[in-house]
Amino acid sequence: MVNLTINGIAVQAPPGTLVIDAAKKAGIEIPAFCYYEGYSLQAACRMCLVEVEKMPKLQTACTLPVGEGMVVRTEAAAVVKARKTTLEFLLTNHPLDCPVCDKGGECELQDMVFRYGAGESRFTELKHHVDEKQWSPVVFYDAPRCILCYRCVRVCDEGMGVGALGVVNRGVLSEIAPSHGDHLECDECGACIDICPVGALTSGTYRYQTRPWEMQHVGTTCTFCADGCKTTLGIRNEKIVRGNNRDQSGINGEFLCVKGRYAFDFQEHPGRLTAPLMRINGKLEEVSWSKALAAVAAKFSEVKSRGGQFGVIGSTKTSNEENFFLQKFARQGLGTANIDHRRSGDIVTLIDALAGKTDALGSVQDAYLMKASLVVGTDLAQEHPLLAFQLRANFRHHDSHTYTVAAGPVREDSYSVAQVRAAAGEEMAGVESLRDRLAKEPELLVLFGASVKGEALRKLVAFVGSLGIAKVKYICLMDYSNSRGAMDMGLLPDLGPGYKPVSAAGLALPDMMASTGLDVLWIVGANPLARHELKSTGAFVVVQEMFLTETAARADVVLPASSAYEKGGTVTSGTGEVQRLHSAAKTMGAKPDLEIMGLIAKEMKLNLGIWANANVFEEIRREVRGYNIPLPTIATGQAVQTSPLNGRVAVASRPDLIQPAGNTLFTSGSLGKYSKKLTSVMEYPGALYKPQY
Amino acid sequence: MTFSPELEKRIEKLLASYPSNRRKSALIPMLMYAQDETGYVTRELVEEVARRIGIPPVQVDEVVTFYTMLWRKPRGKYHVQVCTNISCLLTGGEELYEHTCKKLGLGHRETAADGVFSLEEVECMGACSWAPAVQINYDFYHHVTPEKLDQLIDDLKKVH
Ligand code: SF4
Ligand code: SF4
Ligand code: SF4
Ligand code: FES
Ligand code: FES
Repeated sequence: MVNLTINGIAVQAPPGTLVIDAAKKAGIEIPAFCYYEGYSLQAACRMCLVEVEKMPKLQTACTLPVGEGMVVRTEAAAVVKARKTTLEFLLTNHPLDCPVCDKGGECELQDMVFRYGAGESRFTELKHHVDEKQWSPVVFYDAPRCILCYRCVRVCDEGMGVGALGVVNRGVLSEIAPSHGDHLECDECGACIDICPVGALTSGTYRYQTRPWEMQHVGTTCTFCADGCKTTLGIRNEKIVRGNNRDQSGINGEFLCVKGRYAFDFQEHPGRLTAPLMRINGKLEEVSWSKALAAVAAKFSEVKSRGGQFGVIGSTKTSNEENFFLQKFARQGLGTANIDHRRSGDIVTLIDALAGKTDALGSVQDAYLMKASLVVGTDLAQEHPLLAFQLRANFRHHDSHTYTVAAGPVREDSYSVAQVRAAAGEEMAGVESLRDRLAKEPELLVLFGASVKGEALRKLVAFVGSLGIAKVKYICLMDYSNSRGAMDMGLLPDLGPGYKPVSAAGLALPDMMASTGLDVLWIVGANPLARHELKSTGAFVVVQEMFLTETAARADVVLPASSAYEKGGTVTSGTGEVQRLHSAAKTMGAKPDLEIMGLIAKEMKLNLGIWANANVFEEIRREVRGYNIPLPTIATGQAVQTSPLNGRVAVASRPDLIQPAGNTLFTSGSLGKYSKKLTSVMEYPGALYKPQY
Repeated sequence: MTFSPELEKRIEKLLASYPSNRRKSALIPMLMYAQDETGYVTRELVEEVARRIGIPPVQVDEVVTFYTMLWRKPRGKYHVQVCTNISCLLTGGEELYEHTCKKLGLGHRETAADGVFSLEEVECMGACSWAPAVQINYDFYHHVTPEKLDQLIDDLKKVH
């Protein structure tokens, strides 16, 4: 430990600690703009100057490592003066348009000037002005506001691995420039906007919409992929205007991809269903909720009483409570075992293959901490932006080793220690070719995509197990926000909640669709007709949906459902981390799926328990192995990783049922299409984005 | 983008002289060599150099926009650089520069419409002992007077 004093306080810090961090630990704030934990040092802003005894000039605390016996003063007269001057200098060409700036009220420059700044400026020259530029539908740049801290440049290059931003020109003409001269071609993630301390980078969804203090903030979980980022939605007049995670809580810290940050506008798409629809004389017509619910209940009761066939298909985007309630409804209320959903990862085989091993399932945190990672059969940066971000950060901060075995090229190639090319389904040979190198690793996190399933997955687990690595964990990659939860809750024909085998297995999804004997098909939040033909042409189809999808268009009754951003409950990320949903907005006329199911049950006079999220979750905690998690933790917006069953899962493996959506960074199955912002970026498949300058 | 075989050879040698994780160091010489062949730094050249070094194009832009010796618009066949830094200033560099402006009908960093001449007022080019100094492409001219300069320009016009 190194001993030093800061403002007369004795401080101890490990060698290599920067003075700015040592001071922070001691409760002393040194103002900074360009210093940003986790990214490379820049020393560009000079805001963090401190006085150090025996050093002739003021030093930048953000680059100065602690030294034995160092005497640091952060409030010396010279420091106070230097800060004032630095701020005066930063404001030389700054427009001071705070009253209209998006950042006003949460701007670091405003705060610093308020606290340390000069009241007046000695500059009398005309301010240098540059017009605002639009670089993409979501990224705008206003150069005069920029303080050239390079945070955006570093977050894009180091954090995202994209490197789409740079600083061009010099001196007073310096400004940030986008990857392609006049426009951006990038991940469109908005991390640069988020990290900008001032209002220089602004977002296409949020700019000039509101003042920050007029918003309410609702922390919930992103609904677009299985990585489970926590997102804080900014609400103004019941409208979602912003998505970010500036408080850095949750498993993703401040990370969000383009979908989490911008695609929330699907929620207010004009195509949202706002009234139940019933097929009357062959046409779907709007009816009242009571009429629609009565019709559904009557049909369900009638088919049940005559022993007819039900098919029930659940969703990978609805909450755990909804999924649990749905399978309970199907099994106990309707007496059918025909229940399934579209699966995107072979977690069942993984659990079975890992029987007897403890602590073998990786978390988002593990992707950042484990010494080595093997990424098999996936384009991680495209399909799992958060996990890719974590692996990159792990490499940057801990020099971790990443091995890629993919059809590639993939973004991870740029820093991985080995890149093996292998076609989907044939990854095993590639993995085996890495035997000697992998065996030398002390720890290994294996992340595998949907092409590794069934026997291939068993082989992978056996192979990695044979290497004698002390600590091995696995992440089975899946598609959607609650893909994992749908499995855990038992939306499966042969397994109940917690992977408990059922006595008589029902039909799997494709088998239901191919069956000609269904009397009722009940679909909650899924769109199977986009891929399958419904062979039971006479079946009565009930669909709970947000939009008139292919499936809803075929329905006899469509019940308008609330989106994930309009309800409570919990979801389980691909890594098995349970997080809460919180209602951020409303769509008049739609109801949460749990309530719809509850109302149908009530109408049928079934007793399936209270259909409130808290009650159903209590039941889940009792019934589903691994879900007995501490409630205060998730209530405060954090995640808890569940550890499911540790033992054999006695069911026949059905790798043919693993049918991932094959999403990219810019798509999310049926949902992404409804986001105007997501579909407007030039990287979106099919979008015709033309820069407007 | 293809370069002449000579340039390709130069670039190859250049890239080989840095460790593989320090290839960025080749950026400035590579741009200079290429600029001599292409006349100026085109968008295409930026992307090509970025690709060869393995960095995002915007990092090439950073360098190109920072250094005045890299041009983003066409220069003349003869690029006339007149020094007005301290030693040359004291020995008539500024008058020489103004004279050159008039003679060529060009201002700072301007190129004639016919593409023969371009002009640039430059900082010290290390020829102080022989100030005032002028550089045309890679050739230096020492103790230049307005008369000498006229002569030089007229000669170049003839050979052109
Ligand atoms: S939006 Fe993301 S990828 Fe694009 S420039 Fe900003 S940080 Fe980089
Ligand atoms: S745009 Fe923002 S983050 Fe980027 S350098 Fe300027 S002030 Fe810093
Ligand atoms: S990585 Fe996935 S969970 Fe995170 S913001 Fe993007 S789509 Fe949402
Ligand atoms: S924070 Fe130290 S120079 Fe910017
Ligand atoms: S000052 Fe002109 S060459 Fe040095």
